[in-house]
Amino acid sequence: MIDLFINITLLAFIAITAVAIVRMTNLFAIIMLFGIFSFLSAGLFVEMDAVDVAFTEAAVGAGISTVLMIATIALTKDQNEKQPGSHRRWLPLAVVTMTGAVLVYGTLDIPAFSDPNAPAQMHVAPDYLERSVPETGVPNVVTSVLASYRGFDTLGEVVVVFTAGIAVLLLIGGRRPKSRSRKKEGEGNDA
Amino acid sequence: MTHNLILRVVSKSLIPLIILFALYVQFHGDFGPGGGFQAGVILSAAIILYALVFGLDAAEQVIPPAILRVFASLGVLIYAGVGVAALFFGGNYLDYSVLGSTQIAGQHLGILLVELGVGITVFAVMLIIFFAFAGRGRP
Repeated sequence: MIDLFINITLLAFIAITAVAIVRMTNLFAIIMLFGIFSFLSAGLFVEMDAVDVAFTEAAVGAGISTVLMIATIALTKDQNEKQPGSHRRWLPLAVVTMTGAVLVYGTLDIPAFSDPNAPAQMHVAPDYLERSVPETGVPNVVTSVLASYRGFDTLGEVVVVFTAGIAVLLLIGGRRPKSRSRKKEGEGNDA
Repeated sequence: MTHNLILRVVSKSLIPLIILFALYVQFHGDFGPGGGFQAGVILSAAIILYALVFGLDAAEQVIPPAILRVFASLGVLIYAGVGVAALFFGGNYLDYSVLGSTQIAGQHLGILLVELGVGITVFAVMLIIFFAFAGRGRP
């Protein structure tokens, strides 16, 4: 009963935050609300016993990405306000309502949350749960699946993170091209 | 923000705790929630907090960007190296069971090393991205 209450409260706060994000025009406030949104999602994940996911959501979603977005805003000071759209409003509203209705219709066929007889729980999950402790001695099955049974997946993920770092370094890493910007200013003066 | 006394004092007492928590998440991931990804992000968050309060130059003195680039590749190398080591011990690639005297000991060692590699790479890449973004705005 208390679970249901917490779930409804968190989901209501998430919905309120989403509406506030849509209605706001100050980008700085929107970024702060993004952080709050991630933090509320993390709380929801804890409530659903997905602690590892909640950990990542709180650290990456509420922490790092908020800082990175603020850093980006600091670089693009000229466009600190969201531009009001000139398009008609009824079309996006209709699309969103339709998509939401289809999604709600889809949830009717989903098995109840944490139903042990759901297809997702019947496939490989019982196998992992039974084999993890005798085979690896690791009580946290998330870790044993992530690092051992699906080691190739995780290796790929680490390489993806590595590639992202290399890409950022190649695009905007290193020192600012001071000489070039000065040269441009000089050219402007000459003209 | 370098003259803000309260922020400086509070973050000075918070940063060691954050680093300690990151190490706990890293090495306790077998038993509790967490692992290399989360630990790397938390550890980089500690340095990012330091950079926000004490300035980017101070943070780059703590962890020079050149070392970060080495760390980013070192983590991937540790991960892939554990796989190659398993090959040399006569197992399949990334099959940790052959690394130790017993299967469980080998799995423990393999998972520990692999998570360490994940943590190092994630920590370094998060800071590389942050320094790249924050460094652009430097006057």
